[in-house]
Amino acid sequence: MLLIRCPYCDMDRPEIEFRYGGEAHLVRPENPDSVSDDQWAEFLYVRTNPKGLHAERWRHIHGCGRFFNALRDTVSDRFITTYRASEPRPDLPETMA
Amino acid sequence: MRFSALSVLRQGLKKNAGWPAQWRSPEPKSAYDAVIVGAGGHGLATAYYLAREHGLANIAVVEKGWLGGGNTGRNTTVVRSNYLWEESEALYEHAMKLWQGLSHELNYNVMYSPRGVMMLAQTHHDVQVLKRHVHANRLAGIDNEWLTPEQAKDFCPLLNISGDLRYPVLGATLQRRGGTARHDAVAWGYARAADRLGVDILERCQVLGIRRDAAGAATGVETSRGFIATRRIGVVAAGHTSVIMAMAGVRLPLESYPLQALVSEPVKPMMPCVVMSNAMHAYMSQSDKGELVIGAGTDAYTSYSQTGGLHIATHTLDAVCELFPAVRRLRMLRSWGGIVDVTPDRSPIIGLTPVPGLFVNCGWGTGGFKATPGSGHVFAHTLARGEPHPIAAPFSLDRFRTGRLIDEAAAAAVAH
Repeated sequence: MLLIRCPYCDMDRPEIEFRYGGEAHLVRPENPDSVSDDQWAEFLYVRTNPKGLHAERWRHIHGCGRFFNALRDTVSDRFITTYRASEPRPDLPETMA
Repeated sequence: MRFSALSVLRQGLKKNAGWPAQWRSPEPKSAYDAVIVGAGGHGLATAYYLAREHGLANIAVVEKGWLGGGNTGRNTTVVRSNYLWEESEALYEHAMKLWQGLSHELNYNVMYSPRGVMMLAQTHHDVQVLKRHVHANRLAGIDNEWLTPEQAKDFCPLLNISGDLRYPVLGATLQRRGGTARHDAVAWGYARAADRLGVDILERCQVLGIRRDAAGAATGVETSRGFIATRRIGVVAAGHTSVIMAMAGVRLPLESYPLQALVSEPVKPMMPCVVMSNAMHAYMSQSDKGELVIGAGTDAYTSYSQTGGLHIATHTLDAVCELFPAVRRLRMLRSWGGIVDVTPDRSPIIGLTPVPGLFVNCGWGTGGFKATPGSGHVFAHTLARGEPHPIAAPFSLDRFRTGRLIDEAAAAAVAH
């Protein structure tokens, strides 16, 4: 089980308090009418699925209930950092993983 | 050497010192007609059918680790074809038909054992969904039947059908032709048969890049053992498919998750069939060695770690102990994880990609082993002809653009 730092509660808490939310920073198209099928498929289904540094959403569902983002190494499962949903992805070199 | 009772007897008289290597370990050639990436069951089967049915003589299978060392050696060996939609029924039943004659075809005992696969209904919704599966399967000519709890217990006496369970057994489906096969033997049998047809199996040969020409078409693979030129690449890399395809700039609707399994210490035969519980995320069968083989769920998050959280495995063991109280005091011998590539609709992707000459067979998620022969067969056709086999056609990458998804989320006992 992973230990995850909630950036709002500022505490390391066990994984079962959290819900995984998939890849972070995916933005729903602002004007759906003008979006092609390819662009919809990309938004709905296509994922980066990297081996290494992954920006992902988590929700502290059994804690403060809020969404935040994390950078995690998908090989070691080690969290590099967590940050609030309103913040941009920290600019870390891939080698951090 | 052809395996037969006579060859076993002959080798026995020679104290089994005369068995030859079952496949070669050749050096890579500079070019092949087709290169398969991934020497798991699906990749080896693809190479075998390419050579046998489509007459390609010059084929390589490249593998970064060792043959059958990925999910082929990590799954729980279940074989069945009781899927819901017509497209899936055609695909998995195609595999089922091939399983039935596979040991003879490969001259290798893959230990296909149609001992029956039972899927438990433990909620009102389970009952509705599984009955719908039974009807759909029977309309498609696939055997599947509905059992009462008492009939289920007659078939599998270990099963606890007490009303005291948190999720009591309300009924079950049974596919009698379903069962198990020896996972390693499937890889070894296909490897040996493909090797005899001239296929080069290149182990410890990791793909590092995919080379493309000015028009964008694939022209070869950069590997840890040098560049290999080819105009036809079939990627069958399971959990690492996203990584390989990214080398050609192709993004896929895939996410990779760890999926766990465990085996107990070996005991005398006690479990006559495969039992799967959707509601409690557990399934169990018994290997011919006597170990109880237990399948657990996936972790909540994507990962390439080939492990998985302890709480996932213990959750499954709680379920197994409740369903089969007789196993409560057994010790677990080993547990492990494999990385499974999951699609949004839980159906595989078999076919062409936006890159000419680059083909993909992936997205088998938590249940690819059962499809091994059929998957290899239709993918070989797709690679050889440059267009999808009719059975593979609905499983195109394009379905995520058109919206013609094949939703099999209810077909697996694993927590998706």
